Amino acid sequence: MTVVAGMPASFEAAQIPGRAGLRRAMAAEWTKLWSVRSTMWTLVATVVAVVGLCALGTGTISASEIIDDPTRRSLIGIFLGQLIFGVLGVLVMSAEYGTGTIRATLSAVPRRPVVLTAKVVVFGAVAVVVSEILAFSAFAVGQAILSAKHAVGSKAAAAQRAQQLGVKIPHNIQAVLSTGSASLGQPGVLRAVVGAGLYLAVLGLLALGLATIIRHTAGAISAFVGVVLVLPLIVQALPTSLSNAVARYLPANIGLVMFSTNGVPASREVAYAFSPWAGFALLALYTVVILGIGCLVLVRRDA
Amino acid sequence: MIEVRGLSKRFGNVVAVDDLSFDVGPGTVTGFLGPNGSGKSTTMRMIMGLDLPASGSVTVLGRRYHDLPWPLREVGGLLEAKAIHPGRSARAHLLTLARSNAIARPRVDEVLELVGLSAVAGKRVGKFSLGMGQRLGIAAALLGDPGVLLFDEPVNGLDPEGIRWVRTLCKKLAGEGRTVFVSSHLMAEMALTADHLVVIGKGKLIAETTVADFVARSSHKSVKVRTPALHQLSDALTNAGGTVIADPDGSLTVTGMSAPEVGDLAASIGLAVHELTPVASLEDAFMELTDEAVEFRGGS
Repeated sequence: MTVVAGMPASFEAAQIPGRAGLRRAMAAEWTKLWSVRSTMWTLVATVVAVVGLCALGTGTISASEIIDDPTRRSLIGIFLGQLIFGVLGVLVMSAEYGTGTIRATLSAVPRRPVVLTAKVVVFGAVAVVVSEILAFSAFAVGQAILSAKHAVGSKAAAAQRAQQLGVKIPHNIQAVLSTGSASLGQPGVLRAVVGAGLYLAVLGLLALGLATIIRHTAGAISAFVGVVLVLPLIVQALPTSLSNAVARYLPANIGLVMFSTNGVPASREVAYAFSPWAGFALLALYTVVILGIGCLVLVRRDA
Repeated sequence: MIEVRGLSKRFGNVVAVDDLSFDVGPGTVTGFLGPNGSGKSTTMRMIMGLDLPASGSVTVLGRRYHDLPWPLREVGGLLEAKAIHPGRSARAHLLTLARSNAIARPRVDEVLELVGLSAVAGKRVGKFSLGMGQRLGIAAALLGDPGVLLFDEPVNGLDPEGIRWVRTLCKKLAGEGRTVFVSSHLMAEMALTADHLVVIGKGKLIAETTVADFVARSSHKSVKVRTPALHQLSDALTNAGGTVIADPDGSLTVTGMSAPEVGDLAASIGLAVHELTPVASLEDAFMELTDEAVEFRGGS
């Protein structure tokens, strides 16, 4: 750089070691997430709505109703929660495009994979914490209601249903079936509750990935709803043999297995499902692939 | 220091920026002038690594923007007013940017003070006027105390006081030895703010010059003349080959003749002249140059 005679001395920016990397980007994303009021409101609303729905699902049972999986019964509100987590995940990315903030974000941290990673880590961590709080609260409220109502489980009814579907009930589960309410110490119960939270959090990240590809809020939410709600309807309409083969790959069915205790199939589709953790691994793989495509698109497209 | 070399950008079949090369040096305000849609914003976005060039390169301080270790400490950009989440406060917006580039928190309040937004620092940006949005954008650009500043149409939406403030700020920043690159579609504004000019039309470089040279090259010079004998002088000038327009304030604007020619003619027929001022129209010069670019492109 040459300084023309008569010009003022050239400006020297302060030299600081290091660079605007992942740690800084994560700090920025953290501030970004909590400096918009809607984040806290949405999270509180989600917890209230989901726990409320779970309470409704368990509170409305009749005295004669047989509860074949009290854990799943108390977590059924997760299916509402997944929509709200989906919207939150979408907004983490799409709000940047909708408002134009993305240009400020990428001016500050021009290495785009770093920006996406920071968003995934920060939103993912918040989503896991909130969704686990949600799952454990829903479980606690649901079980308290079931036990207060002296809900009955039925070994015989569950066995009959399992036989109809052609599946076997593992021996260690049979004891659970005689009770109408569950406790975390029973086999498969803790796994189901933890699984319910993880399912929600991963779906939130899947939504973030879709939004990175699609960029528009409405479009990304539509795609997300298509994956979790519409796809199952389409699969259900397929011939049974095909439907049975395909259904286990659907996120919604993976989720249902994740928050059910072992052995009692919730529906025909789930009878052919992957085991809870295998399903979760598959769901995580979907999410990684979608986020990977999102990253590629983010790097290649103009901001 | 910004170096643009053979920069091109296409959107579909439309060539937005066409083989553009120019330098922007430190210590002066360089105006980036062109009609709306001539590719100024696209060029600025490419400088900041937001749009990817189809070909060519651009470096800031000798590096690609992407390779700057602390971008906000090297380059400050105001690209769009109010491109900020409406639900976030001005302070929170600046704080997120500060965090990403390890800029100390007190600097946020410092720049808010500098642009006159301290009183509304905690207010949500959605409630800001366009002018306040511009000021916040300028605050964001200044946050990292960078040596290179890019302002895209910074006076849009500002009141006269705000416009003067931006003008003074640009000159002050350049006076500190910084590189200041300011775009506008208004020639008159640039003439007041800038020392150097990069003029583009339809994505192509038309001129890389100083403001003084640009004005001197203007062929559309006119002469303003006042006389009590309005009609007689008007007729005489028309007969001598000049084009005369009667202005509402009672003066005449003459084109096609120089000021001495007008004065000599008035003297030769014994008419009094109360004012004789050569006027260089910057807007005309600008239009003339950009028209040529349009014609050139149309013919190719």
